[in-house]
Parts: sequence; C-alpha cells; structure tokens
Amino acid sequence: MRRLGPFHPRVHWAAPPSLSSGLHRLLFLRGTRIPSSTTLSPPRHDSLSLDGGTVNPPRVREPTGREAFGPSPASSDWLPARWRNGRGGRPRARLCSGWTAAEERWLLRMGAGRLGAPMERHGRASATSLSSAGEQAAGDPEGRRQEPLRRRASSASVPAVGASAEGTRRDRLGSYSGPTSVSRQRVESLRKKRPLFPWFGLDIGGTLVKLVYFEPKDITAEEEEEEVESLKSIRKYLTSNVAYGSTGIRDVHLELKDLTLCGRKGNLHFIRFPTHDMPAFIQMGRDKNFSSLHTVFCATGGGAYKFEQDFLTIGDLQLCKLDELDCLIKGILYIDSVGFNGRSQCYYFENPADSEKCQKLPFDLKNPYPLLLVNIGSGVSILAVYSKDNYKRVTGTSLGGGTFFGLCCLLTGCTTFEEALEMASRGDSTKVDKLVRDIYGGDYERFGLPGWAVASSFGNMMSKEKREAVSKEDLARATLITITNNIGSIARMCALNENINQVVFVGNFLRINTIAMRLLAYALDYWSKGQLKALFSEHEGYFGAVGALLELLKIP
Amino acid sequence: PDGCSVGHGPPGPLCPGPESCPVCVSFAGGSLTKLAYYSTVQHKVAKVRSFDHSGKDTEREHEPPYEISVQEEITARLHFIKFENTYIEACLDFIKDHLVNTETKVIQATGGGAYKFKDLIEEKLRLKVDKEDVMTCLIKGCNFVLKNIPHEAFVYQKDSDPEFRFQTNHPHIFPYLLVNIGSGVSIVKVETEDRFEWVGGSSIGGGTFWGLGALLTKTKKFDELLHLASRGQHSNVDMLVRDVYGGAHQTLGLSGNLIASSFGKSATADQEFSKEDMAKSLLHMISNDIGQLACLHARLHSLDRVYFGGFFIRGHPVTMRTITYSINFFSKGEVQALFLRHEGYLGAIGAFLKGAEQDNPNQYSWGENYAGSSGLMSASPELGPAQRARSGTFDLLEMDRLERPLVNLPLLLDPPSYVPDTVDLTDDALARKYWLTCFEEALDGVVKRAVASQPDSVDAAERAEKFRQKYWNKLQTLRQQPFAYGTLTVRSLLDTREHCLNEFNFPDPYSKVKQRENGVALRCFPGVVRSLDALGWEERQLALVKGLLAGNVFDWGAKAVSEPWLVDSYSEWLQRLKGPPHKCALIFADNSGIDIILGVFPFVRELLLRGTEVILACNSGPALNDVTHSESLIVAERIAGMDPVVHSALREERLLLVQTGSSSPCLDLSRLDKGLAALVRERGADLVVIEGMGRAVHTNYHAALRCESLKLAVIKNAWLAERLGGRLFSVIFKYEVPAE
Repeated sequence: MRRLGPFHPRVHWAAPPSLSSGLHRLLFLRGTRIPSSTTLSPPRHDSLSLDGGTVNPPRVREPTGREAFGPSPASSDWLPARWRNGRGGRPRARLCSGWTAAEERWLLRMGAGRLGAPMERHGRASATSLSSAGEQAAGDPEGRRQEPLRRRASSASVPAVGASAEGTRRDRLGSYSGPTSVSRQRVESLRKKRPLFPWFGLDIGGTLVKLVYFEPKDITAEEEEEEVESLKSIRKYLTSNVAYGSTGIRDVHLELKDLTLCGRKGNLHFIRFPTHDMPAFIQMGRDKNFSSLHTVFCATGGGAYKFEQDFLTIGDLQLCKLDELDCLIKGILYIDSVGFNGRSQCYYFENPADSEKCQKLPFDLKNPYPLLLVNIGSGVSILAVYSKDNYKRVTGTSLGGGTFFGLCCLLTGCTTFEEALEMASRGDSTKVDKLVRDIYGGDYERFGLPGWAVASSFGNMMSKEKREAVSKEDLARATLITITNNIGSIARMCALNENINQVVFVGNFLRINTIAMRLLAYALDYWSKGQLKALFSEHEGYFGAVGALLELLKIP
Repeated sequence: PDGCSVGHGPPGPLCPGPESCPVCVSFAGGSLTKLAYYSTVQHKVAKVRSFDHSGKDTEREHEPPYEISVQEEITARLHFIKFENTYIEACLDFIKDHLVNTETKVIQATGGGAYKFKDLIEEKLRLKVDKEDVMTCLIKGCNFVLKNIPHEAFVYQKDSDPEFRFQTNHPHIFPYLLVNIGSGVSIVKVETEDRFEWVGGSSIGGGTFWGLGALLTKTKKFDELLHLASRGQHSNVDMLVRDVYGGAHQTLGLSGNLIASSFGKSATADQEFSKEDMAKSLLHMISNDIGQLACLHARLHSLDRVYFGGFFIRGHPVTMRTITYSINFFSKGEVQALFLRHEGYLGAIGAFLKGAEQDNPNQYSWGENYAGSSGLMSASPELGPAQRARSGTFDLLEMDRLERPLVNLPLLLDPPSYVPDTVDLTDDALARKYWLTCFEEALDGVVKRAVASQPDSVDAAERAEKFRQKYWNKLQTLRQQPFAYGTLTVRSLLDTREHCLNEFNFPDPYSKVKQRENGVALRCFPGVVRSLDALGWEERQLALVKGLLAGNVFDWGAKAVSEPWLVDSYSEWLQRLKGPPHKCALIFADNSGIDIILGVFPFVRELLLRGTEVILACNSGPALNDVTHSESLIVAERIAGMDPVVHSALREERLLLVQTGSSSPCLDLSRLDKGLAALVRERGADLVVIEGMGRAVHTNYHAALRCESLKLAVIKNAWLAERLGGRLFSVIFKYEVPAE
C-alpha cells in the first residue's frame, strides 16, 4: 500500500528559499508573480489558459447551457487511460433555472441590510476609489487610475451593490452582437439580475482559505473596453499566476473550463491560501480598492464570521455570510453535475489495498441520495444528505486534518502539509503502532480481528527502546494512519446508524493524500464487509467556496 | 506495560488467610499484576445450643436458657490483590511455598503478562499456565461484580458533590455495553451471562495516550502524563470553535470552547507548547474520540448503559471526567457513562471464575468484605505521594462466599428503584460528619464489649486493640474518601464494624448479653401473655404495639417513649385489624431478649389467633444484640413449651422461622435469603412488619412494598430524632397500604 505513487500531481506551496518570507507571507503581493520553482507548475498544465485578457468572440448562449464540455486534453494525460471513460461528453452545464424565486430571496436579503445601504456605500466607495487611485498595480502602473470613473461614466445608470434599487442596475454587458430577439429578452433578464464581476466564492476555514474565481471568457470588446482597470487587473493577476505570495496557490489542475454560469461562459479557478494570511488578503483588498467594484463577497466557513469585522473596517467590504453546510452541499451537487472537464468528478478505488491492482475509477453519482458526506478539513463534519434541501449534521470529530498536520509538526518538525505527507509516504507505521498480532501473535480469533489490524495507535511508543528506534517518517506515517482510520471508523458507524451505504469523503485533508484515501476505501469496505462504498471527489476541498459562489449567483 | 499472571498466594505480609487454596489466576494490564485466589478462612463463630431438658422437670431460676459455644468455622473467601509487576518473583516464590502438597496443576492467566511471564511461571511453579481469553475474563468478571457487589457501578461528576454517584444494583444487568480502554479500545455488547459480542473498537486508546504522550512530552510514566494533563490548558494547543469563528460563535449558538481541531494550533504556529498543554490536549482528544465511538455503538444497539474499564480509566478522576463529559456531549445525555469500583480486578475475577467453573462460583452469593478490602481511589494519582507510595503497590478486594444465594424480596414494589438506605452520607456532609463522629465515639465501648465477651481468652485485649485500629483507620479513610466503599450509609458503617470484629475473631461480642436477656425475658413471658389476654380487644392491640416499640427501646435503657408519636398511623392500623385477617405476615425481628420475646412473640401470637400465618425472619449471623436465627429457634421452642398457641402454630407450620441471609443490624430487602423469598411467595405474604431503628429508619423508611407494611421504631438518637422533626425516643409507627 505504501508504494503507491500519488494520483495527483504534487503541487508544492513552499516558497522558493530565495524569497524573504516576511515579504511573501503577504498574499497577492503587489500583483507580482512569484517566480515559480519548477515544481510549482507541472508541465501537464501547460495548456492552461494564462491569458485572461483574451477576448472571446461574443456569443449568446442558450440559458439552458447546452454546451458540452469536451474532454480536456490539458490535464488528463497523467491519468490512467481507464479513468477517461467517465461521463465525458455528457451535457452537464448547470442551468440557471428557478432564478426568479431565488432572486427575490436575494433581493430580500440585500434589502434587509445584510450589505448595508447600497446607495450610500456606493458613494463612499467611489470616494475611496478615488482617494486610493494613487495605488499602483504592479505591471500596470498607469492604466488603472481613472478606470473606476470611466466605467461609471459610460454606464447608463448608476450601479449599486446587489442591484437592490430600481434603475441602478449597471448595464455592464453593453450591447450584444447577434442574439436573436427571443433569447435576447431572456438574456436581458438574466443580465439584469446577474451580480457584478468579479465573481468570487470564499470559504474561510480553520486552516485554509478556499477561493473560487469565475473568469469570464466571453467578454465582448465593448465589455473589455468598459471593464474597470482594477477588475481587469484582478482577473489577469489571478489567471496568469499559479502562486500568489509565498503561500497562495492556484490548483491549476482543478480548473473547470468552459463553464456556463448565469449565462456567462468562462473558467472556474480554484485558489487556496492559509487562513493566517487572511489579514494580508484583506489588506490587499483595501490596497486594490475592491470596495469600489461593488462586488459582493459571499463567504462561508467560520472565518466568514471571524473576519467579518476586518473586511468591513479594513477593506470596506461587506461580507455576505453563508452557512457552511448549505454551501458545502450545494457546491458538491453542483460540481458533480458539471463534471470535471468532461470527466467524472466522483471516483472510487478498486483493490485499494493492493498497490499493483489498485485502480482509481470514475463513479457515476446518479443516485446521490441518501449520502453520507464526510468533510475532512482541520476538523471533520459528517452530514447525512437525503435530498438537495434535506440534510442534517450527524456528528463531527476534532480529529481531522489539523490534528494530522499539527501532530506531525510536533513529532517531526515538518512545516508543510506536503512535507508531512511526503514523510508519511516513506515511513512504516507498524514500528509505531501496536498491531493485533503484536499482542496475540496472530489474529485474535475470539473477536475476529485480523493480525494486521492496529490494536493501539502509537502503542509501541510506550516502550523506551521502541521510541528510540523509530524515524520521523514512521511517526508521520503512524499519525496519518491513526487519524485516517479513526475518521473511517466514525464514518462507518454513522453510515450504519443512518442506514446509508455511500460515503463521500471530501475536504483538503485528502488533497494529494492517496494514502489516506486508499486507507479509507479499504477500511470502509473491510469493516462493513463490502456494504459501504467510499467515494471521493476531484475538487475535494473547494465545495464550500463553490457553494458560496453559487449563492452569489443565486443558483439554487 | 504488561501485567502478569500468577498463582495463588500473595507475598508474605499480604497474606490474610491461613489456608489459601490455589485455585487462582491473575491478570495483566498496565504495570500491575492482579492476582485472584480462593481461600478458606477459618474463624470462630458463636453457636447456641439448647440444653437437654428431657431429664429434668424443674428449671432453676438463674440457669441460662441455652448454652453458647465458640466453634471454628470454615468459610470460603475470594481474594484479589494487585501489585506492581516488579514484585512478580517474590510473588511466585510465595506461591511456590504454599503450593506444596496441593493438587493444583494448572494456573489460569490472562492478559498480556500471561504471555510475558508464562515461562517464568511454568518454570518456577512447575505448573501449566492456562491462558484465558482476556475479553472473556473481563466480561465474566464484570457480570460477577455487577451482580454481587452493592454499589459497584457509579457515575462520576467532577464538579458536583459528591463526585461519585453509586448505582443501586439493578436486578437485570443485561444487556449492557462494556468499553474497555486498554492500549486500544474494545467495545463489547454483553447480552447474557455467556453471550457477548465484540461490536467494535478503536486503536486510539490508553496506549495512544501513553505512547504519543511520551513522544510529545518526554514523560515516561502513564500516571505522570495524567498528572501533566490535569494541569494543562488544551486551548493553547487545540483549535477551538472560537478560534475559527472569532467572537461570533455566541450569536450562532455555538459553544466557543468546543474543539474544532485537536492539535490544530500546533499546525499553524511556530511556537513551543508546554508539556502540560499537550498532554491535556491529547487527553481530550482521546477521551472525546472514545466517548463518541461508544455513543455511536450505544445508539446502534439501543443501549443506554455503558460501563468503562481498562487501565486508562482505572480510578483516575481525570479520565473519568473527560470520558463522562464526552459521553454526555455526544449522546446529549441519553447515554450514561458508568464506572466500576473494582474495575481493575475484572480480568482476574473472570479468569478465576473460569478456573473454578466446576465449583461454579456463580451459584453462590458473595459479599464484599469491608474489613479486607481497600477502598476505591487508593491508587489515584491525585493522592499525595506518600499515600500513593503506600497504596500504589497493592490493593485488595475480599469477598466472602455466602452459603446461600441472596435475592430480592418478591414484595418490593419496584426492585430496580429500591434503595435500602434512608440517608446517603456521601451526599449529606452534615449527616456524614455526625455519624462518623458518633461511630468514633462509640468505638471505646465496642472494644470493651468485645474484650468482655471473651473473658477466657488471653489475647482478647490485643485483638480488640487491633480491631480498634483497623476500624478507626477505616473511619478516617471514609472521612477523606466517603465514596471508598460505595455509597456511605449508617448501614455500611455498621457492617464495616461487624466485618472488622469478625476479622479479629470477635464473632459475637453480645452473645452472653443476649443469652442473659433472653433468659430473663423468657421467664416473664407467661405473665405478659396473661395480662395481655386480660385486656379488651382494642386495648390489647395498643398494648401489643407498645410492646413491640418498648422492647425496641430496652436495649438502650430508655425509660419512656416520647409522646405524641412522631409518625402515627395507629388508628388506620387498628381500623385494618377490625377487618379480615391477613393471610400471612412476614416479620423482621430486631433485638434479642425483651424485644423478641415480650414484644414480637405476643404480637405474633395475636396474629396467629386471628388466623394469620407468620414468617419470622431473623439474621443468619450475629450483629450487635440482634436476635439470630439460631437463637430465635431456641426461643421459639421455649415459648412453645409455655404457650399452646405458638406450640401448635409451629407444629402446623403456621409459624415459620427463617433466616434473612444477612449479618447486618440493618436490612437490605434486595439481598435476602432465597429460601425466605420462596416462602414469601409460597405463603402469599400480604403484610410485612419491620421493627427497629436499623431496619425501619436507617434503612427501608422509604421502601415501597406491594403489600401492607408496618414500620415501627423508637428513635434512640437525639440528632436523628431532631432531623426527623421530633425528640429523643420519638415513636415511628408507619402503617402503609399500597395504592390500588
């Protein structure tokens, strides 16, 4: 089991040693692209679009979004061939149906003062943008200064956050070239209710901030012309870099291409950075004058609450706080429905215990309910999902990704999650753990326990001699096995109690963590005697952020 | 960490019984060895025997009514000892010395030490080590203590007073969940005596705490780790909900102190963490995890009683607290975390029971011997180092085999909720203080009485002094740790005194007093009966009741009872007597002498004349001046010689004399002789009479029965009388009829 190579490309987020860490702990540092070490951008992602400024020919999409996602040649070559027979080619684009009802809810929420008084804010924001116009964006020192004003001047009406006041909706799209008159009306109605760019979804967890960004690829020339400079610079900055500051990472391999969201076509980007860099992020928002964009920041996770005040006072940004679990479920269901650039989002492992025969295979989650959803972030939340709107939090445990990484830091002195996993991949946990066979000399037949099962995690460490004989790698491995087995065990019990047999594991603990995924797959299968199936999802940690984005776009 | 298993005899100074019998075992877990052995204990008992009157027509005035002889009796006793593994060799030597000339060829052993010390044992003792399955032993042991030891299980609440809440023994112990936290965790569902199932487990257990704790803190010993943990602040290491949510958790209705991610802070900061904080965080992590799994299993199997055991728990308040917290949190109060006083012995008891299967110890009832057992928490890390040094080495439990099984009185309204004792002294600090002082002050008198009861013995004074020391120490222990032997009650204080007296061969200090008083009372019997018969019916009923009460006072030399009666339902009783006779009355007698002969017997006689059958229940063994079953037989025989009513009733088995199965001045209706219970059922008893302070006030005052009952006593203690709202010598006359 230990020999298995990672299925995921390794993305290292450690800064190149040459950079002073104090400087690069700041995110989006003046828009400077951190020179990436070779590991930062795996060659398989070389086809990734970095030219965010390309203007696609204006097209009018059916609001039903019938575009099929073609298989993306970009990032699939590292996958086994068998992986590709997923759901490629199936039309999976999400519709923006049910819009109006959601819209009403949205307006209600906006009007209820969650974002403050839009008109006033607008005035204030303009002033702010003016006063901070002296700020320079690296790489674009000149252009942005007058942008905010220019955009507004060319608009027919005065824009406002969330478009809550009649007649204040900003006509950002200008004119469309070539839409039919029938669809024009619909597009128009969509357009009016569409929030302003940029479209972000934010999930501020205990350890990591997950940010999804929708990059419109169908910007018309006119739009491009109108686009305020700060918006453009954000787009270009985000899409042309894969690392931001020393700690921000764009998971390029996860990018969803040619996605249609609210009638706009574009790519969805997945970015993460540590929560402790949140102040820098907010500061950057201030520096870049985000508030002038009147964008709504939809945020979920505990940090949405923790940093709400900072967003407001430092960045002049009002967060739209969203329920963590609502977002998570919304995000998962949506992402599963759009697939992964033509491939299946959901997968499972066959023969997880056998390094030779182990296969990662696509899983069609066509009957998603009921579903046990295990979200492994710093801690773990377990949800039973019975339908799109019917779910409950079953339980949770504090033994999660944060525990693995935290203990690894204490035990091995490692400093990054990647490093911890890398050490774990080289260690031998049986030197650390006491197995059933260590106690009973073999299987414990009275209770049907196999000799290889762990009887006591870290049990061998009770002995001084054995403590002296283990390596850091062994300890990292044992920590990983301990935490993973425990999550599997609790998940199994919850599945039994809730009478659910498909269990989807998500969350950033599973990122590049094939050892844990295969162990979960194996443990669930073994202890349930084949009754339970462990499922995984490609965008493991980003569903909350996606859910937040969907809320922004009022996608039900 | 492995414990070991051994043979039968403990090292020299620990050995109590003269004839330790080698059916035995021991057990492993932690660094302690637990040893169980069976011994036969020889001790003196006072026997009473009727003189042979057949040859004589006349009785001399001052001749005693019967003779007393002290005989040696052999009873069976179970001993459990635990000691540190370092003493294993000394222990084996001891066993070897005592195994000579026995037929034992096999020794039962269980636990990791059974493997570790197998060769050593086999070589030293030339015995075959029979390894028993750990979990099987554990469950056998658990069933045994739950059935046989009162107040075995308790819930632990750190911040309440008392911290320990003992559970009354439930008549139906099955099914339950046993969570054994050794190096790992095993969760077992126990359905019957022999049927149990491993339903799950976890590798995160005591070994994880110990092993990971040793790595993180460089602290090697388990107890020291616990000690570190008890001083730490886990919030420095754990990521709490409030760390994730900021201050907003309150508005969201979340508890900010909940742990979002164990060790979450150690992942994000480049700081040093204190050993204490890490140990505490680790303790919380492991306890919460185990509690959560236990709750998930309890829910899956619809069980609400979960017993916790294993070296992780073993009397450590720190872990009991965190486990209890976790269970309450995850089950939202639906599941109860229960701990066991003798948890550390379960494996040894079970292994022993397995080895003794041909003798089937389960067919007997057993009683905890308070004199020979060290109390709960004796090995607690929170004790001072001196205390720990003394008690950490070994710890004892002794259980006496009772000749006959004990069962519930079939007339109890609701056996599971029956609590014999009226006042819980663990709960009531004021009462505890009073009674402990009371027993301390009475100790001199008891010692004197004990010496006086054996005028011919050369070492009586010496033994009495030893008794004084032992009982005094017990009282001091109980002042510090009222929970040491389960719920502290007046009954347990009295019983402990009896056990200590027996331990030093004072089986019946009151035998001579009782003999003399019985003689005097017997001579008065005909006159009393004559004068009672001369009264009118209504007057006689009152006189009979007063006789019952008065006899109850004489032992304390009381002159007069206090009027009016404190609790008085006499008129209801009188009204009842005007109705149809009871079918059968069960009477629990109290004192020897005037009480039984001039109080109880005239009352019995009246019942018999009404057509009511009578079962007269007296103690199996001596306690204070209480009449024993064997004394009651002689007394009844003598009365029958004087009174035709009693004579014919005895002959026709309308008056039956039975033993209670108890040797206590109090009365536990949930532990009565099986024969008594059978008789009660067979005769359809519909009236229960309980007399005396020990049986009707200290115990059973609140006992609810399914039939009519009379509880009679005179409060012979000013403090208690005041508590009940009366004066010294207040009368309790409580006639109760169950609700329809």
